[in-house]
Amino acid sequence: MAALESFRRETRAWLEANCPPLMRTPMPDDEVVWGGRNPVFKHPEQKVWLERMAARGWTAPGWSRAWGGGGLSPGECDVLAEEMAALGCRAPLYSFGLSMLGPVLLEYGTEAQRREHLPPIVRGEIRWCQGYSEPGAGSDLAGLQTRAVRDGETFVVNGHKIWTSYAHYADWVFALVRTDPRAKKHEGISFLLIDMASPGVRAQPIRLISGYSVFCETFLEDVRVPAGNLVGEPNRGWTIAKRLLEHERKSQGSFSDRHKARGEVPLPLLAKRHLGETAEGRIADPVLRDRIAAYAMRDHAFQLTRRRLAEERAATGSPGPASALIKLVATELNQTRLELMLSSAGTAALGWEGEGFGADELRLTRDWLRSKANTIEGGTSEVQLNIIAKRVLGLPD
Amino acid sequence: MALTLDAEARLIRDQAVTFFEERSPVRALRALRDAGDPDGFSRALWREMAELGWAGFLVPEAHGGTEAGALGLGLVLEAAGRTLAPTPLLSTALIGASALVLGGNPAQRAAQLPAIAAGTRLVALALEEGTHHDPARTGATARRSGNGWRLDGTKSFVPDGGAADLIIAVVRTEDGLGLFLVPADAPGVTRERRRMVDGRNAAAIRFEGVSLPAGARLEGGGPGLLDAVLDRARIGQAAEMLGATGAAFDRTLQYLKDRRQFGVPIGSFQALKHRAARMFEAMELLRSTVLAALEAIDEGSPDLPRLASLAKAQAGEAFFLIGNEAIQMHGGIGMTDEHEIGFYLKRARVAQATFGDSAYHRDRYAALSGF
Repeated sequence: MAALESFRRETRAWLEANCPPLMRTPMPDDEVVWGGRNPVFKHPEQKVWLERMAARGWTAPGWSRAWGGGGLSPGECDVLAEEMAALGCRAPLYSFGLSMLGPVLLEYGTEAQRREHLPPIVRGEIRWCQGYSEPGAGSDLAGLQTRAVRDGETFVVNGHKIWTSYAHYADWVFALVRTDPRAKKHEGISFLLIDMASPGVRAQPIRLISGYSVFCETFLEDVRVPAGNLVGEPNRGWTIAKRLLEHERKSQGSFSDRHKARGEVPLPLLAKRHLGETAEGRIADPVLRDRIAAYAMRDHAFQLTRRRLAEERAATGSPGPASALIKLVATELNQTRLELMLSSAGTAALGWEGEGFGADELRLTRDWLRSKANTIEGGTSEVQLNIIAKRVLGLPD
Repeated sequence: MALTLDAEARLIRDQAVTFFEERSPVRALRALRDAGDPDGFSRALWREMAELGWAGFLVPEAHGGTEAGALGLGLVLEAAGRTLAPTPLLSTALIGASALVLGGNPAQRAAQLPAIAAGTRLVALALEEGTHHDPARTGATARRSGNGWRLDGTKSFVPDGGAADLIIAVVRTEDGLGLFLVPADAPGVTRERRRMVDGRNAAAIRFEGVSLPAGARLEGGGPGLLDAVLDRARIGQAAEMLGATGAAFDRTLQYLKDRRQFGVPIGSFQALKHRAARMFEAMELLRSTVLAALEAIDEGSPDLPRLASLAKAQAGEAFFLIGNEAIQMHGGIGMTDEHEIGFYLKRARVAQATFGDSAYHRDRYAALSGF
């Protein structure tokens, strides 16, 4: 414990000295740093902050120093997170490489794959996207049809991916491809890393109900991929695919935290602002107040549960089927919060663009629409319920 | 604060689970109910529990207790809840001991705590006067009378009140609500048995000019004493509900695997699988809130009141969901008195109403959170 406390003191001192003041303010969504070959920095402080954190490996604090990570113990990772939260430090980097691909490469990748891909992920130099879903393979993900045919030392890939988040900004894609069309559908899939700069790759953004275009269609036409980019055994990619989804669900478990990081007006305050409050400081509308209380309590119970499950799985290291529960509840909570934000703000949160609405109000409208994807992406809520029933509760097929 | 159990806590839990499975399965409750037992629980079994030290988990060693803590007592309550075992654990070991430890002066503690820890004195908290939990509407009074007090009023629902030797009465005084130690056999105290739907007993208690000495009031703990005692009661009640809800869920899950219709186990139907997963979700959220609340007691957390309301509300909702789904999924057999699953539904409703239902605790949680 003494060592952890001295680590805490050193960490706090280092953050105080190195985190630029602007990086200690709430982070609007359009100031998230995603890195990549052509990184976008709205402020020079974002670049400085990323570089300083990456130099210590603290963008991936738990990864080994051999891959550029921080080499911190789980306890030290917690301390770093706590100290960053205490100072209000922004996350220096958001990255599917950090949250999804990296953990899978650490478990299944070769030495060469880790050496090639992990350090650039830590430094935010390569931005990854996820090539999973296809027009005919949504919840039935294992029904995917994108083909990869071995040709000497390369695979030739042809197919059509969809809902590839931020593919139009990504440098590389980790993709599920069918390498044995004659095998049973779960047994002919491989996990392949593809450079988006390869000839034959084209990403096209899709305009969504929110007006945002976070998802793309990604077309792959005769794309040649080095055979060494296949992760794990050929035709054994489904196991890796599922493990990556566990990591994705775990990261989706923090959906409900993001609004806090960006300094959104707390829900009860928004309700009081629009609907008034009683002399005792209660939200004047008792029905809405009850619904907000139910939400706040469910969120509180969820935070405790996420912590408890994290403690329980600390021994095993892998998120496991409990990640389905975390994903299920976190995404519903995010939707409930936005529904209640809209109910609180009334028509002020129903504008689309232009005069008469504040920037926060317009964003609320769009965020509400965006949140409808939460219970679809990364496996629908119905798929999560299937996973819990089968893998946690042991109910028969 | 860790939300996982250490080796010592697991030992307490495992011992308690085995004890109640062997010594007080659901058929023991059925036997007490069918016999119309005047206490509603087994005094012989209570003596065994006291010998295991459970009655004194919250009592200081100086007064004969073990000071094992609220988490340990909560785990015993959870285990008792699994088999719906009726015991004085909540009313005596948790509420009675807490009231005296938090509010008793040295003389009161010395007079009461050793007997509580030994299991020889049973305690009941006399609070409710109407049909709903509402401490603020207390109408019973204590007025100064000579050197002592005079108590008047009526309590409508006092769990374990019939068997209690010592009643802790919540009454209105000139300076707010107070807690008074009233011997159950004091002149002016009359008790009527109330047989509840869950097979347990409560009592309606009338105080009519009950004359008490000056030292009858629990003066410690300041104006927050009642809330502090009630929060412990709510958390203990939630722990018992966690056990009962978990057992109802386990039994229902097993039934989904065993019961065959259309040539397959009914648990293979997605319409039931998804509902089973929702029950699992409710269980997991409930377990976290109860553990956090129990640990908040042991650690003296300033967030204890909110955690108490959170745990009690979550327990009410989870037990409501699972109690009802248990009957529906068991089908016709679940409607029979012969099957034990119905006992869980009955216990759910009584436990929900005790120390505040979910709506009460949502309101309280909101107020404590500043909205």
